[in-house]
Amino acid sequence: MAVGKIFKFHNDLDTDQIIASQYLLLPTIEDMKIHTFESLDPQFPSKIKPGDYVVGGENFGCGSSREQAPGVLKALGVKAVVAKSFARIFYRNAINIGLPVIVCRELPDQVETGDEMELSLSEGVARVGGEEYPCTRLPEYMQKILNQGGLIASLNEEV
Amino acid sequence: MGQTMVEKILARNMGVSAVKPGDIVTVNVDRVMLDDIMIPFIVDKFHEMGFKKVWDPDKVVLIYDHLVPASQQDDTRHYRVGDAFVKECGLIHVHRSDGICHQLMTEAGYVKPGDVVLGTDSHTTTYGCVGAFSTGIGYTEMASILGTGTLWVKVPETIRVVIDGKLPGGVMSKDVILRLIGDLGADGATYRALEFAGSTVEEMSVSSRMTMANMAIEAGAKCAVFMPDEKTLKYCEESEKNYGGNGSQTFAMSLEQAERELRADEDAVYLRTITYRAEDFQPVMACPSQVDNICSVSQLEGTAIDQVFIGSCTNGRLEDLKAAASVLEGKKVAPFVKLIVTPASRKVYEDALDCGVLQTLIKAGAIITHPGCGLCCGRTGGILSDGERVVATNNRNFLGRMGTSKVEIYLASPMTAAACAVAGRIVPAGGLPHEV
Repeated sequence: MAVGKIFKFHNDLDTDQIIASQYLLLPTIEDMKIHTFESLDPQFPSKIKPGDYVVGGENFGCGSSREQAPGVLKALGVKAVVAKSFARIFYRNAINIGLPVIVCRELPDQVETGDEMELSLSEGVARVGGEEYPCTRLPEYMQKILNQGGLIASLNEEV
Repeated sequence: MGQTMVEKILARNMGVSAVKPGDIVTVNVDRVMLDDIMIPFIVDKFHEMGFKKVWDPDKVVLIYDHLVPASQQDDTRHYRVGDAFVKECGLIHVHRSDGICHQLMTEAGYVKPGDVVLGTDSHTTTYGCVGAFSTGIGYTEMASILGTGTLWVKVPETIRVVIDGKLPGGVMSKDVILRLIGDLGADGATYRALEFAGSTVEEMSVSSRMTMANMAIEAGAKCAVFMPDEKTLKYCEESEKNYGGNGSQTFAMSLEQAERELRADEDAVYLRTITYRAEDFQPVMACPSQVDNICSVSQLEGTAIDQVFIGSCTNGRLEDLKAAASVLEGKKVAPFVKLIVTPASRKVYEDALDCGVLQTLIKAGAIITHPGCGLCCGRTGGILSDGERVVATNNRNFLGRMGTSKVEIYLASPMTAAACAVAGRIVPAGGLPHEV
């Protein structure tokens, strides 16, 4: 099970803060990703390493329907977003592009940025500092999409 | 077991007798709305999925609004990609400079009671104002719909909001929805539908209802619906004629049919019911930088401001401009304040011109900009910088939404916004009569 570093954010984190509107005009997600969380922490894109985790509070990803929000996180190599709860469009979008979004009620209050976390999607458990936190396992339908790498791969499978 | 209005719409769409919350159903999409920001991504995904044609060109509406007119060189790339896709797939319904997508979807007759409509923008919830199920999705799912005409949806539980009585003077539907968002919280309706009822919403115009359905997403809601009535049916009938009859689905729903097919059953099961007395509402604002951070205008009185924005798919309609004009009539905008007014659509612009509202606004010192998303999405027409404060009638006050992340955005009704523009600080519009 891979270990990654936690980057923790607050409740009601909206998609404008993940990737601001003015960057949605850049031609690709790769061009946009260096602006991730720019209003909160301009250094975030250089600090995060592939395999790290984003941890949020309640209502993570609220606001706009921009799929670029989970898109830039995935492009930066974020392994999963773990939060107390998610806004619904962000949740759907994340599943559709193959970014794991994990609901974990207890963990966000107990961890800090920089903590190391192990996450097992199949067991539905996260481990930080010797503590184990149960996470909601994804419904089967969504796991299927996720395992195939998102909606496109899943559609191609059906066709 | 009885059904809520949203359950009825979804069951009707699939031709089954009933659905229940939690069911995962596959809906047949009646219309989709694609916007200019997302179009290059939608097109890429559409091709990546291997689709060669859209399932039904008549059901697809492409609207250029966030980027019209272009404010940066790269914006025009989005028009080019959109136009090429129009040609490739034979799209019929394209608006290149007519105004904001959500305004046009209803005003140009694309959305009807009972329809299931998806759009690549979170404020797609707006179409519940005419009794449609509508919600926002990402571009990958939109590409999938374009190829298949279907989408899986989890049937939401419904929160019923009942408002009875007469709203006090100076209180608009914006104040009602802001208060509700404050009470529910930014995630209070996540995964849920809102169903509005009561004498207050029955009294409201379709335009006022549109403001409320538009902002349902700010409480996390999947959709928000109003039961169609005579006003709705008249609005839909008339919208058929706008923009050269672009709607194309001839509208023929009678009031009886709407009652029979869409009205929630007496014994419908709601997650909860929230009731309000209209008389208890007052002018409010959403304070920086969360939409559920609600204060009464009187609590904030005296706060100095730099700019006022009246516009957007939330509050840029004729009714809103009239309400602002009723406050601004014979007055002047404070000398250090810029009042920016952006009509939601070309039709709103024309109507406001014809009835003299534009003249009142201009004489008061307003800057009138072209119809479109404009300042609401922070791309053009009045971008603010560090330390500046704006009172705005749109739907989001998120950090960095209208400029830098050190701009303070206060969301309010058009009447309140107009009063603030005159005073140069936050003030209530007072008990001024509100003509709708």
